[in-house]
Amino acid sequence: MKRTFSIGGVHPADSKISRGCAIEVLPTPPVVYISVAQHIGAPAKPIVAPGDKVKTGQPVAEPGGFVSAYIHSSVSGTVKSIAPRKDLAGNWQTCIEIQVEGDEWAEGIDTSDTLITDFTDDNKLIMDKIRLGGVVGLGGATFPTHVKLAPPPGKKCEMLIINGCECEPYLTSDFRTLLEKGEQVVTGVAIIKQVLGVDKATIAIEDNKPEAISHITSVLETLRKKSPKFEGISVMSLMKKYPEGGEKQLIDAVMGRQVPSGALPIDVGAVVQNVATALAVYDAVQKNKPIVDNSVTVTGDCLPMDRQHNFLVRVGTPLSYIIEHAGGMPENAVKVISGGPMMGKAIANLDAATLKGTSALLFLTAEQTKRQPETNCIRCGKCAQACPMGLEPFLLQKYARLDNAEALEENAVQDCIECGCCLYSCPAYIPLLDIIRQGKVKVMGIIRARAAAAKAAAEAAKAEKK
Amino acid sequence: MNSLLVSPNPHLHAAVSTKSLMRDVVIALMPAVIVSVIFYGLGEIIVLGVSVISCVLLEYLITKYLLKKSCTVGDWSAIVTGVLLALNLPSTTPWWVVFLGALFAIAVAKMTFGGLGQNLFNPAIAGRVFLLISFPAYMTNWQIPGGLFGIDAVSGATPLGLINEGIMSGQGIQDIMAENGFSYGQMLLANVGGSVGEISALALLAGFVYLLVRKVIRPHITLSIWAAVAVTSLIFWLADPSRFTDPVFNLLSGGMILGSCFMATDYVTSPMSVKGGIVFGIGIGFITMMIRYFGSYPEGMSFAILIMNSTVPLINRWFHQKKYGRK
Repeated sequence: MKRTFSIGGVHPADSKISRGCAIEVLPTPPVVYISVAQHIGAPAKPIVAPGDKVKTGQPVAEPGGFVSAYIHSSVSGTVKSIAPRKDLAGNWQTCIEIQVEGDEWAEGIDTSDTLITDFTDDNKLIMDKIRLGGVVGLGGATFPTHVKLAPPPGKKCEMLIINGCECEPYLTSDFRTLLEKGEQVVTGVAIIKQVLGVDKATIAIEDNKPEAISHITSVLETLRKKSPKFEGISVMSLMKKYPEGGEKQLIDAVMGRQVPSGALPIDVGAVVQNVATALAVYDAVQKNKPIVDNSVTVTGDCLPMDRQHNFLVRVGTPLSYIIEHAGGMPENAVKVISGGPMMGKAIANLDAATLKGTSALLFLTAEQTKRQPETNCIRCGKCAQACPMGLEPFLLQKYARLDNAEALEENAVQDCIECGCCLYSCPAYIPLLDIIRQGKVKVMGIIRARAAAAKAAAEAAKAEKK
Repeated sequence: MNSLLVSPNPHLHAAVSTKSLMRDVVIALMPAVIVSVIFYGLGEIIVLGVSVISCVLLEYLITKYLLKKSCTVGDWSAIVTGVLLALNLPSTTPWWVVFLGALFAIAVAKMTFGGLGQNLFNPAIAGRVFLLISFPAYMTNWQIPGGLFGIDAVSGATPLGLINEGIMSGQGIQDIMAENGFSYGQMLLANVGGSVGEISALALLAGFVYLLVRKVIRPHITLSIWAAVAVTSLIFWLADPSRFTDPVFNLLSGGMILGSCFMATDYVTSPMSVKGGIVFGIGIGFITMMIRYFGSYPEGMSFAILIMNSTVPLINRWFHQKKYGRK
């Protein structure tokens, strides 16, 4: 039996139509809009003003807190404005608008393709470069990488897991990155491994990508001969199942350990990073190159083969510009998704610009994505079988509709990872996740309020003692 | 450009619907239906026809005129109930008795609870038990399979009925079986008297395998029923083989296969979790054996399923599946 995670999961058709499309550099757009909120945590604070000249790779915003990240200009040109702009969901977000003039890179950035596999032993220097390079987790959550690589004192990482699953249907950018930039990714992995001080690193790839598995295996063999720093890194083939790339599921699949509810991966000795993040670490450390671009898959069944792409896109490129380059909106597409079809967000505003974490533009037809009318629950239990967290969506949705926060918390609604497996598999077309998400938001609010109240009470008691 | 469709994730669906699941159950019942039509002929066609048509028509009329809701007949669940009810009845059942069974199944057991998904009891079994209690004469007039046109068909009792009677009159089991000339091979293939669906275990098992392969159901409930029946009857049979029937006989006879594969596994009336399903199955198997050995009815499967149906809400409350990262 192939390894995979132990609870739930679904098997949507993988539809990796664009797997054969090599990564192409998308021409730089005339204007970019760089959002200050491209990561989880506090938005970055702009450090440029309208009228300033900026170069590609120059920082334009600095971290706005501990959990935050640097943001760099992805182009050279003039800052036109710093103003709120609608993001892809239609919410207002501060963006730095830069008029593109040429492509002059900031000093010290190595823009050549030369592969550098030797890296420094100075972990502090590496961490600084990762932080200054604005590296964030590119697997979806965009959590600042330098924070994740500094485990809290007393907690020891036993294994670094590199997520190369790309378990979402349609997406192929990580796959192409593994094939085309395998050496760089593996070097990035070795760097992260050294910083964490772990002996073992595993690059986990699903078995629907055999080319990537064999390529990375051979890259590892070659690099191991060059330097002992590549010892202890291995490739693991996992059985294809969604959501294998979910952090908790991946730890279960690779290590056979489950992260307790409310705990962090590091509590079971794991740190998970994405393939694209490993590449970003390589760029930042070896090339002094911050995140200014990322690969974006443009795909969908409604696009002909010659309009499927994997683009290397400058951060802040308007989505409409990418679509135009890919030959325009397909006529029968009704929905454009940023990301994969299971967890991606439906785009409301095509004038919005890409973020560091934008992985794909997926076009879906009405036939593919139209929701059927909801009917009675037939108590088949398929949602509970599918839930990778072992929850009971049929029960949670009932309590959520009744607005029973207590019962929701008792049945662990806060553990929901919003992967969509329940709604995907419901034969009665009940919008399970939609309803459960509302319940989860409410329960999370109550849990936070309770924690804050407990903290305040503890402080008050402390003050009284004095 | 047209306006974009915006909705929360996920944006795809497995394309499995209530209708496709129910249709799979109907397909899975087809081998048994075909076998019983071949063996019982015209009478069987009438029972099947009346049962299915009544179930569908009654659900249509009730949703449309009584409940004034959108019609749910399109989900195929009424057809499933109709076929299952028919397979539970003798082929000699008069059409109006079949109709009354359908009326009880759909109107009382299903729609009064709120329709598909809300019912506590399996509608087809409720219908059968209603008829068994109300019209015992019709319900025990089993026909020995005769042929497509039923010309040389004779009435008789089922193996379970014969043994029940024989033991009451003090006969040993081996004698009863030899006297009436039925063997396990006959029971597996077809050829013993019984309600339509009871006659061919093999045809029913083929349908069961189809449901497993199509992932419509999981095997845990069925297997735990079989295990409970085998273990319970083994203990009693070893204690006194002249009074108690052996495990193989009990697994092949009566409504065991039909009940364990198609009725106990009904989504609506069985527990949600695997652990709960196993408890449910063991309960059915054990109660069935108690009724067969000690009850006044020769067959206990229907009663056992109904009794365990009523415990499902409690089982669901007690047994949950294991959650990720929690004790």
